Amino acid sequence: MTLIELIVLLPFLGVVAIALGAPARFAALGSAFLTAASTLIAAARFNPNLEGRFQMISSHPLFDPSGFPKLGLAFGIDGVSLVLLILTALVLLAAIWIAPEEKQITKGNPRLYYICCLLIGEGAIGAFSSTDLFFLYAFHELALIPTFLMIGIFGHGRDRVRTAWTITIYLGVGSLILLIGLLMAVWNLGGNSFDISDLIARARDSRTCIGTPLQNYIYLLLLIGFGILVSLFPFHSWAPPAYAKAPTPVAMLHAGVLKKFGLYGLIRVALPLAPQGAEALANVVLVMLLGNIIVIGLITIAQKELDRMLGYSSVMHMGYVFLGISSGTRLGLMGAVVLMFAHGISIALLFALAGALRDRFGSLAFNKLGGVLKLLPRLGFLFALGAFAAIDLPGFANFASEVMILFGAFQPYPGSGPLGSLQWTAIISVWGVVISAVYMLRAYRNVFQGSLPEELQSAAPVKFSRKDLVPSLILLVPLIAVGLAPELLLQFLRSALGGISLIAGG
Amino acid sequence: MPVYSLEIIVVLLGIAMLMLDAFAKLDDKCSIAWLGILGLIIVFGLLFKVQWPSQEAARGAFWHFYSYGDSMALYYKGMAVLTTLIVLIMAADFGPVVVEQTARSEQGAHSQAGLGEFFALPMFACAGLMWMASANNLVSIFVSLETVTITFYILVAYLRRNVGSLEAGVKYLILGALSTGFLVYGFAWLFGITGSMELPEIKQVLSEGTIHPATALFAFALILVGLAFKVGGAPFHTWIPDVYQGAPTPITAFLSVGSKAAGFIVFLRISSLFLASHVLVGQVSIILTVIAILTLIMGNAGALPQTNFKRLMGYSSVAHAGFLLMALACSPRISQAAESLTPAAVIAFYLGAYLLMTLLAFLVMTNVRVKGGGEDLDSYRGLFRRSPFSAVAMLVSMSSLAGVPLTAGFFGKFFVFSLAVQQGRWILLIVASICASLGFYYYLKIAASMFMSASDGKGPERVPSGISVSLPTRIAIVFLMVGTVLAGFDPNLIFGLFQ
Repeated sequence: MTLIELIVLLPFLGVVAIALGAPARFAALGSAFLTAASTLIAAARFNPNLEGRFQMISSHPLFDPSGFPKLGLAFGIDGVSLVLLILTALVLLAAIWIAPEEKQITKGNPRLYYICCLLIGEGAIGAFSSTDLFFLYAFHELALIPTFLMIGIFGHGRDRVRTAWTITIYLGVGSLILLIGLLMAVWNLGGNSFDISDLIARARDSRTCIGTPLQNYIYLLLLIGFGILVSLFPFHSWAPPAYAKAPTPVAMLHAGVLKKFGLYGLIRVALPLAPQGAEALANVVLVMLLGNIIVIGLITIAQKELDRMLGYSSVMHMGYVFLGISSGTRLGLMGAVVLMFAHGISIALLFALAGALRDRFGSLAFNKLGGVLKLLPRLGFLFALGAFAAIDLPGFANFASEVMILFGAFQPYPGSGPLGSLQWTAIISVWGVVISAVYMLRAYRNVFQGSLPEELQSAAPVKFSRKDLVPSLILLVPLIAVGLAPELLLQFLRSALGGISLIAGG
Repeated sequence: MPVYSLEIIVVLLGIAMLMLDAFAKLDDKCSIAWLGILGLIIVFGLLFKVQWPSQEAARGAFWHFYSYGDSMALYYKGMAVLTTLIVLIMAADFGPVVVEQTARSEQGAHSQAGLGEFFALPMFACAGLMWMASANNLVSIFVSLETVTITFYILVAYLRRNVGSLEAGVKYLILGALSTGFLVYGFAWLFGITGSMELPEIKQVLSEGTIHPATALFAFALILVGLAFKVGGAPFHTWIPDVYQGAPTPITAFLSVGSKAAGFIVFLRISSLFLASHVLVGQVSIILTVIAILTLIMGNAGALPQTNFKRLMGYSSVAHAGFLLMALACSPRISQAAESLTPAAVIAFYLGAYLLMTLLAFLVMTNVRVKGGGEDLDSYRGLFRRSPFSAVAMLVSMSSLAGVPLTAGFFGKFFVFSLAVQQGRWILLIVASICASLGFYYYLKIAASMFMSASDGKGPERVPSGISVSLPTRIAIVFLMVGTVLAGFDPNLIFGLFQ
């Protein structure tokens, strides 16, 4: 059994243990901790110099009839999937740590709570480490039903069941569109196998690649399919209410990790298999990502509750990742992946702290909170750090990734002559930084500074204990480490992304 | 042992059960059910050991009626035996309801009078299904089909003190007889134009192209009416919701899986005759495509407003018939050699997956009906608190029916979609995707009410008394759940059985 198979298996073993009667929080924490440890060992053993190939591969062919592409349970990682696996493992561990104790879970069965959290993590881990296209898709869908149950049973607010339905059906429709796009791509590449390396090799070979008009349709389907999963504008409306109503661990896992699956899919599958399609649709993507950054950014400023604001802000930041992907340069792509990591961690941190606030004060409306810094100074400090990260302040990983993305967008510019659409998009998206500064700092001011409202004058909320501090540090420390030394992640990404040859958009 | 002995054993078993019911002095008639279950387990084991006779013996007259060397037929026989087995387990659980709704308290009558035949009759239906899997002659198709259908007429109307059951039986009888009339007319017409009753010869004559296409298509249309009725293809599906709702729950399960599988075996065999002729194949494909689209829409849209679970399962049955018909409609226009993902293989896989997930749902439904007392979706509110085992089993079944990946049901839809992409049938694909999304809603509605009862604002759930699940039912449920999930990872588990 390879290390990657072990990583994929560990959360599932946790699920089985809890189902058979082990104490829920203990088993979940144990498997999350072991998963994180194994992922770090995998990172240590990873060879950053192998270009264009997966490492630590294992393969169990399952289904190989003639006339149908072969399927197999195959795992392996390259630089991009390794970075995302590290992200998943860290966020999963923090999410389970910050989840309430069994006796505090009153809305339903605590075992179900922890089993669903582990299954969502399992789905993400399986999806990122799969080298077989079918199981890449299937593992991601594993998270659908647990999310439905978690939001519907354990979520907040009176209409949480309706929100659970919205997210499930919207993502279900998105995944069906994605399935058709993937099937079309596989059949048009010869229909021999679902193995990703195989498919990419065939797509590069001009004899077997997909014909040009068909590529546009396939890329469009994949863009919409993956785009729904990433909440690309205008397919974003499921995300903010879902993150607001979901229990804290689910919000952390979804906004932090599962959203990145769509982007991973674009980088891993859609771009290599349909590059001309990507080029043809480049301007469409640029318009949509500006929708994410500017339109959703302005909507975020208008929010009056912290959880919805964080939900909209996570939709907004995806626009930057799309900008990095659209640039088609290695610098831009590296920036995109580092931003995926940085955003995942920072939004998970912010949701964790928002959840801690909600547990203590019952509401996250800006007009009901204020001056919380006096009551919970440590929480306020950590929130400030998370907010600064979201604003792309230097010192945090988000800054490093933003810089790479913006520079990557300008790299194709020949130096003189009119600016192309990619460059204009980059210029406009810099305003997004200003917008995010506005809403984050306003949120901080409204919640933590100013005077305490009357209801809270005599409040004595539960102190910020080790249970809240440890998950925050689990998330904060890597964020600052990568921010100060981005080479920690870039060493893995260089060789992986050099292999994706694209015709630069714009 | 020769392969046709399996049907003989099953029939003898059924007769033995009837004799026991009539003459033995049993306190608890459920032991008749257990005899049947044990017998079927033995038959299932024997399935793996049967032998086909040698080539010279295969030229005898018997083999004009019974196909030779057909591993797909063995697979379908296995499906029939497994279905009947699980239906008998359900029927054993359902005993108290049957007794309450059939027997009249007479002097000297057994307290469980009327229960014994409920266990014995499915055996004859099973034998009919097994025979139909091997039928390669129009006469034997018809005879076996009627064996199954007439047994079902009796079983659907079995609860004679229950008006719903009687109404369902009468509807099924009248509509079924009408559709059988069309079927026989179609068979007679086909015999008339081709001059033979045997399927291989008919295929030969049709593909020669000497027959006027209009007459051949007329035969196809008549037969289509009869077969579409059986499998639930629109617009001949209207009997399904009422009959499924009224029939006793184990019989609904049997109808849903057994009757559909039987119908599709025959549908496949007959369609392949017409699809083999390049004169007819274009128009037959169009007819099948139109029926598939109609069925998909009627089944999925019809399920959305349902509040009775059995009625919802009826519409779901129509919806799945839609996906199966879609696979049939995607038969290649130019036959490709050495293709192992033929529509026949896809349909066989889908039916196998369908067996696993539907019987799982019905096992839980029977248990909730007998111990919890209801068939409405409301009866399932808060089921997770009353019996977590049943709720999780039902969740697995509903997810598989909806097509959530890593379940057998997803692979079924996946293969059907692959066929459609391969053949380039875009309209079918678009309709099927929309309908599959609808499926997410109505299947997960049950999951929502089982798990989220405290948050749906409908008031407190019923007194949360636990629902117990008997041990044989537990074993069956675990077997089906594990099968559904494992087949979701490795489709070879089902494919390997018939290839």
